[in-house]
Formats: sequence, C-alpha cells, structure tokens
Amino acid sequence: MSILVIAEHNNIEIKSSTLNTINAASKLGSEIEVLVLGSNIDNISKEISSYQHVSKVIFIDSEKFENAIAENIEPVILSLAEKYSHILAPATTFGKNVMPRVAVKLDVAQISDIVNIESEDTFIRPIYAGNALATVKTKDTKKVITVRPTSFDVVAKEGGSGIVEQINLDIAESGVEFIDREESKSDRPELSTARIVVSGGRGLQSAENFKLISDIADKLNAAIGASRAAVDAGYVSNDYQVGQTGKVVVPDLYIAVGISGAIQHLAGMKESKIIVAINKDEEAPIFNIADYGLTADLFEALPALSTELDKLNSIEK
Amino acid sequence: MKILVTVKRVIDYNVQVRVKADGSGVEKENVKMSMNPPDENAVEEALRIKEAGKADEIIILSIGEEKCQETIRTALAMGADRGILIKASDDVEPLAVSKIVSKVVETEQPGLILMGKQAIDDDSNQTAQMTSALLGWPQATFASKIEIEGNIGTVTREIDEGLERIKVNIPFIASCDLRLNEPRYASLPNIMKAKKKPIDIKSAEELGVDVSRRVEHIKISEPPTRQKGVMVADVAELVQKLKYEAKVI
Repeated sequence: MSILVIAEHNNIEIKSSTLNTINAASKLGSEIEVLVLGSNIDNISKEISSYQHVSKVIFIDSEKFENAIAENIEPVILSLAEKYSHILAPATTFGKNVMPRVAVKLDVAQISDIVNIESEDTFIRPIYAGNALATVKTKDTKKVITVRPTSFDVVAKEGGSGIVEQINLDIAESGVEFIDREESKSDRPELSTARIVVSGGRGLQSAENFKLISDIADKLNAAIGASRAAVDAGYVSNDYQVGQTGKVVVPDLYIAVGISGAIQHLAGMKESKIIVAINKDEEAPIFNIADYGLTADLFEALPALSTELDKLNSIEK
Repeated sequence: MKILVTVKRVIDYNVQVRVKADGSGVEKENVKMSMNPPDENAVEEALRIKEAGKADEIIILSIGEEKCQETIRTALAMGADRGILIKASDDVEPLAVSKIVSKVVETEQPGLILMGKQAIDDDSNQTAQMTSALLGWPQATFASKIEIEGNIGTVTREIDEGLERIKVNIPFIASCDLRLNEPRYASLPNIMKAKKKPIDIKSAEELGVDVSRRVEHIKISEPPTRQKGVMVADVAELVQKLKYEAKVI
C-alpha cells in the first residue's frame, strides 16, 4: 500500500518539515504520495513532485485551505485515507493541529512525534520531555503518525516522478474564522533548521539586552533562540522558544547564554552536536550537558565573544 | 454556561524522571505527582471566565486511577465547583480519553471545554483535537489568549511561525498553552472548602467506552546521555576550541 504525506507550506514555499517527513515516509515504503492543500499552490505542488521518493502529488487549490484550518483539512485526508497504509505529517503546530482529528475519525491511535522507525508498525518516540524513549508498536492497521522533523534529513530535490494531480472536494463550513497571523519576520536562518543557534535565557534580564544575543547571532549567521523563562518575561516572542513546548532544534552548534538548563529547555536542544554554555552560576545544570562551558558574567562574556569573532573574521578575510 | 475542564495526574514537572532498569516504564513509586501544568492554566482560565460573569459552573473531569481525585481536589481548591472521575487504568490513550470526554459532554452539555495542550508524561498533544472532531465542535488549540463575547470566542494561538487569531462559535474546545495565564494558588480556606465539594465517580465501562490500548509500549529506554565536556577559562579559549577542535565556526 502507499503512504500519504501531508505537506506543510505557506502557499508560497514548502516548509522543510515536509521534506523531513517525506524522508521518514521513504523508510516505510516506496509509493509515497504527497497531499498539498492551499491557495494558489500550482507551483509548490509541481516543486514537491520533483523531490526524491515522491511518486505523486495530489493537490486542491482553494481559498478554504489558505490558512490551514484543521477542520477543513481533515475531511480531505479522510476522503483519501482508504488507499494508504500510513498517513504522515510533520509534528509541527500544523501537523499537531490536524492529525489527531484524522486519527479519531478513522478510530485509530495517533503515534505522535516519532524520531525513528523500527518497522512498518513499530516506532520510537520521546516521552517525558525526552527523558525517556518509548518503542511503541501499534495494533491499528492504518497508521496516523506525526514525525519530528529534526530527526530525519530533508530529501534531495531530484528523483521525484513529477506527477501532479489536481482534485476537488466540497467541504462543509467549519465554524472557524481565521482573523490574522502575526509572523516574526527575520533575515536570519529559521530556528528549527539553522546550523548554529544562539539562545538567551532569564540571565539576559531584559528585551533590550537581547541585542547582545543578536549581535553574536549576526556574526555567526545563526538563528536566535530563547528559554521559556525569557519568553515569559517578554524579552522575545513565543516563536523563539526552544524546549518541550517550543521548538526542538538539532544544530551543529548551540550556544546557551544565561540559561540554567531546566529539563523543559534541555528537551528542545540536547541533541545538538556541540553545546556551549555561558552562565555565571557554575552549578547551573546546563553545564552537565555542555561540551564547552564558560563560567562568566554574560554582560562581559558576550562583548568579548563579539570581539573575538571579529578577529576571527578579519583573519579569514 | 458550564465549562468542562479536563485535568491529568502526572509526575510533577520538577521531578527528574528515571527509567526502570527492566525497560518496562518509568519509576512512579514514591514520586511526587501533580496536575499536568497546562491543565492548571485551563482551570485558571475557566475560573477567570466565571469570575467575569460569563460562566456559571466549572466541572473538573479526570480519567484514571482512584488517586486522580487528589488532582480534581486541587482544581476544586482553586475554585472549581464539582468534579467527575472516570475510573480507568493510568495509561488510557488520547483516543479513548476523547471518547470518554465526549460521553461526559452528552450528559453535562457544557458550552466550553478547556484542556491542557499536552500532557508532560506522554507528550502526545492529541486529546483536544480528537474531542473536537468527535463532537463536531470547533477547536482552538495552543491558546495563549481566550476572549468570550456573547456567543463568540476569539482565541490567540501559539503557532511555530508566531501568533494566529481565530474566531469560533460557542460551543468550542480550546487547548491551553502555558502562557495563557498565571495559575493561582489555592488558599487554605479554599482547600478546606474543596473537601466538601462533590466528586461523581463512574467507570469507563459504565460509559461504554473501550479503553484497551491500541499502542503497546514494547520498551522504555534511557536516551543516550551526553558526556560532560570541558570548562574553558575565557572567551578566547572558547573561540579557539570551537574553531580548531569542534570545527563548528
């Protein structure tokens, strides 16, 4: 049987989470079809069909799908569900919002946030904020799954079938009215896929002081992250949050500044390749998982780091 | 309007969870248990809506073992009116939970259901969405602001890209984010009062819901641990290490 992947996009660009999810699907079978629901999405539908492992793209172009309302997406997936053994979506707020609706309507348990695939019915997923890994086997014949994007590489933009099929389906009014969306615009790399992440915590003490973090991020071409404490204190907005209820990041380099290392934060970054911790409290738990620790006042360390990075950059130029 | 709030009894968020050596689960003996943190936000939000004169009664629902009564009492001490415990094992899956909630909704007829967006034990993030689909009520997930005006709820949702606002008609179901509000502490007089508030106890079987698991936990294991690294003396040494040892900058 085939596998269906639900694409995440913003009607203009494919989100990389879709490409991670296609890769996860390729470990379950070779017939992979991708469902794209959106408004003015001819181009991205064609683009997705060119990616590795994709046998076919099915799309509906309608204003009803412009804002990814879960109630509108669910009936489309259900109408197609019969021919697929597995239905996958990324475990982002997009996929989390839609997929449980699909699962319950099919009367199957959803397997959330898988990080590894053992076989067609057995998966590994983190529980307790990543403090334990559960190997789970489902008895349901149809599998509804969300995939942790950072646990699977993106697929290459080659080798796809190029086959695109437009379909139509009338869906009922959902009772949900979209008002608006406030997206943080940034020229920096996206937090969930950046190679380097510089994160600030409560130690920064103010929104103003986050400038020190952005200065370092600029010099490293890094994304900016934050602990929940920093977001709750209003230093940065919620989309910067790394942790159990924020984003999970797996960069090559994660620099945690003024972050003590609560379990909930570690859940979002402890798989990073290299972790640097800068904290004035030498007892801070973040040092237990850091590859390089520096006990220092961040208000002295960050300007010094900025100067050192300038030196390095000037040598390279 | 009645508000139904679901609460789950979980290992306290401050406890360092330990995986059992035999891989059968995590250590729950002699471990502090508490209300799932975002469920506290759900209770608090219900109280605020009632205090604003927009609801008359707050019903707390928990599903699980006898001891979940403690969690219900915590919510009653915060100010909720009465409780319902549906007795079942402590590992009922979101699929069965959503069916139980739907059954309770049939009898209680609330105008609003508030849930935590995710339980911090199994991190599934499914129950509100499933319940919404079963009931055919609109869902407002990951809510960081809920405003009720007449028959309409305006909800700000925390999404990966930032914030989104949607409008939904009552009855609807919201899953609450930790940033929705700051949950209150129960005062001593309210803790005393809560002891007298009623908790109705039923079993999942009485509701006719099959709670047998669809997903089997084959093994629970420790995640790979990181070795503690080295401490550097100053920023210059740090940059040298990152450049020439780790080669990441």
